[in-house]
Amino acid sequence: MPAYLDVLNAKFPNAFTTSAFRDNQRVQLDAETAPRVLFPLLRTLKEQCGFDMLFEVGGIDYLHYPDAVDRYCVVYGVLNTTTGERLFVKAFANDPDPVLPSAVPLWEGANWMEREVFDMYGIAFTDHPDLRRILMPEEYTSFPLRKDYPLRGHGERHNFQHLTRAES
Amino acid sequence: MALKLDDNIFIAQLDGLASWVRKNSLWPMPFATACCGIELMATASSRYDIARFGSEAMRFSPRQCDVMIVAGRVVMKMVPVMQRIWLQMSEPKWCISMGACASSGGVFDTYSVVQGIDRFLPVDVYVPGCPPRPEQLIRAVLDLQEKVQRTGTINAREFRDRDHYEGPTPLATELPVEELVVAPGNYRTGTRLRLN
Ligand code: SF4
Repeated sequence: MPAYLDVLNAKFPNAFTTSAFRDNQRVQLDAETAPRVLFPLLRTLKEQCGFDMLFEVGGIDYLHYPDAVDRYCVVYGVLNTTTGERLFVKAFANDPDPVLPSAVPLWEGANWMEREVFDMYGIAFTDHPDLRRILMPEEYTSFPLRKDYPLRGHGERHNFQHLTRAES
Repeated sequence: MALKLDDNIFIAQLDGLASWVRKNSLWPMPFATACCGIELMATASSRYDIARFGSEAMRFSPRQCDVMIVAGRVVMKMVPVMQRIWLQMSEPKWCISMGACASSGGVFDTYSVVQGIDRFLPVDVYVPGCPPRPEQLIRAVLDLQEKVQRTGTINAREFRDRDHYEGPTPLATELPVEELVVAPGNYRTGTRLRLN
């Protein structure tokens, strides 16, 4: 077992589960504990376990996924640049208001990545300095990567005025 | 009494003369948003040489252009930009929709891609293909030249009666509520689905 898991176990007993696939280590936080534990856990990883780089923040919608318990998941990929160890922290959240703490106070690079997760999945991040849409237009109201969003959208593509030749 | 003119004097209709002058120097506005833009660049290269038909002067300022070539897919967020560029071009102006994506959305029938720019802009010539070969784009320029010669007028009168929607009939975009994917959900913390 990697040494950083001992540190986490001592500090957050029973707060998370672990799994591994090949050389991918994962730490999962379910929807009940994630809002409380996620931020201190990431801080511990950064300050005591040497995971100094956040290389990825991504979202997953587990709607209809077999055996899924919670719906949304945010995946934080952290890297220890000294030893080359990688760890994925998966924090879950649920409807109606999926909210997780922001990692921006720890890593500035989380800013735009969290905005993208917010844009695509509607997961809000508390204490994010500038939580706006980043890819879709400001006036867009849906979250297109949610599994219950229809492929062709709700007609947003056609909400523009037509210009005729005579008036242009 | 027959009037004898000197050999260096020609008589023509003013409309025809203006169109003849215009059609041989159609300056394109390259609105290249995706892979078709590469083909548009190739058309300007020495191998295909669109300069033979007077359209080599690609201008990146819409005020200096005669024909907007929309090459590539256009996303929702880009439509206001495209319309503004079109409005900034000075008369007379034409529009070529290049490629399957610009003309119909192509394979990108997703929430963000516009299904044909003619839903929002008047288009004069469509070029099929994914991507169209440079020869096809040159053909489109030649077709546009023919259109300019046939219909062009010196004060752009021919645009006056194009005051109606020219695009395809609207898609049935909105799915009925019963077709939306709604799952009962089996979530520990009482998840319910929100219909966005
Ligand atoms: S028509 Fe084909 S080549 Fe052109 S933009 Fe679309 S996908 Fe790319």
